[in-house]
Amino acid sequence: MNGAHDMGGVHGFGPVEPEPNEPAFHAEWERRAFAITVAMGATGEWNIDMSRFARENRSPADYLAKSYYELWFAGLEALLAARRLVSAEELAAGHARGNTRPVKRILAADEVDQVLSRGTVAVRESATRARFKPGDRVRARNLHPGGHTRLPRYVRGHLGTIERVHGCHVFPDSNAAGAGENPQWLYAVCFEGRELWGAESDPKLKVSVDAWEPYLEPA
Amino acid sequence: MSSIHKAEPHEHDHAHGSELSETELRVRALETILTEKGYVDPAALDRLIETYETKVGPRNGARVVARAWSNPEYRERLRKDATGAIASMGFAGRQSEHMIAVENTPKIHNMVVCTLCSCYPWAVLGLPPVWYKSAPYRSRAVADPRGVLREFGLELPDETEIRVWDSTAEVRYLAVPMRPLGTEGFSEERLAALVTRDSMIGTGLPKSPAEAP
Repeated sequence: MNGAHDMGGVHGFGPVEPEPNEPAFHAEWERRAFAITVAMGATGEWNIDMSRFARENRSPADYLAKSYYELWFAGLEALLAARRLVSAEELAAGHARGNTRPVKRILAADEVDQVLSRGTVAVRESATRARFKPGDRVRARNLHPGGHTRLPRYVRGHLGTIERVHGCHVFPDSNAAGAGENPQWLYAVCFEGRELWGAESDPKLKVSVDAWEPYLEPA
Repeated sequence: MSSIHKAEPHEHDHAHGSELSETELRVRALETILTEKGYVDPAALDRLIETYETKVGPRNGARVVARAWSNPEYRERLRKDATGAIASMGFAGRQSEHMIAVENTPKIHNMVVCTLCSCYPWAVLGLPPVWYKSAPYRSRAVADPRGVLREFGLELPDETEIRVWDSTAEVRYLAVPMRPLGTEGFSEERLAALVTRDSMIGTGLPKSPAEAP
């Protein structure tokens, strides 16, 4: 979706403000929101692409008004509601009510280290050959899907060069929609600053994005 | 009220903010519900928090960079198979399943961003800082990286190519800064003490030996 999350090139947000000796979390509720989000992710009731879409799928005003962990929390609430794992009545009461549907799995404390160190691998076996190779010129397609996508607006329609072939990866556009992993070849595609930002751009700038094959056409 | 387009609120800012109290209450209520339903194990939640507050952080990445600086074979492995090279030091997993190391040279400076959300190599750098997740960095890193670097106090020569990596997939990038001058004969441990988090994102440089404690 063309949402407020897709921020590359947007003006007006002001300077970057680094915080010296920044802690991992800035409040207790951030710790808890982080932990319940990761733990619920481990239940297997949704995948990472669905999580990302749940965070970004809101009005630009709402997205920009929320802090980072507020977005995580809003995304978690949306996923729990959509899957009927937590009801509005329960949220209002602050307690569980009535029947509880079992989830696929529950993350136990003694599994945490192993689950974190294993991660979730996105590479899949491929039935097809990669269409592009390093050095090939490609154009990012002019796509504007209403659902989840990982092709930032600032590269759409622009010419770039294949720099690396990463392998065949789970395709977020399908995976977020519950339409299966639909693995696709993934490439690092390099764009010149002037191609993206015009003649006034820094002449020594190059920007890469990781782009799945359906995002690209030969040029 | 803070939001993603500014720095996030600090703990002491919360005390009087009714909106944040509302968030605090809602998070607490949801955690209670999920616990009562048996969907989350409270001990697992504590373990998750403890892991990223005390165990997994940028010192992991610093050890990887220090080894690359001092061991040519390791550096070669990091170039060819960063995921494997990093895993061989015991750092692997969530948000670092597919790693690529991008090396700075006298001609090229690498810088990493996630314009669409907050993708970041957790296993080697820990959780991302607020500025990395904020709108100012996400919007400008790809269009005006030199301006962003100046806000970090870093002025690069005009002829240095700036190479920005926008982490739009599950691939995670680790910038490998150049080894500081005057560090000949340093042990890996001494070298690692020079490697800052920001130098591995590309918004900073390693410390010089004179700056090290």
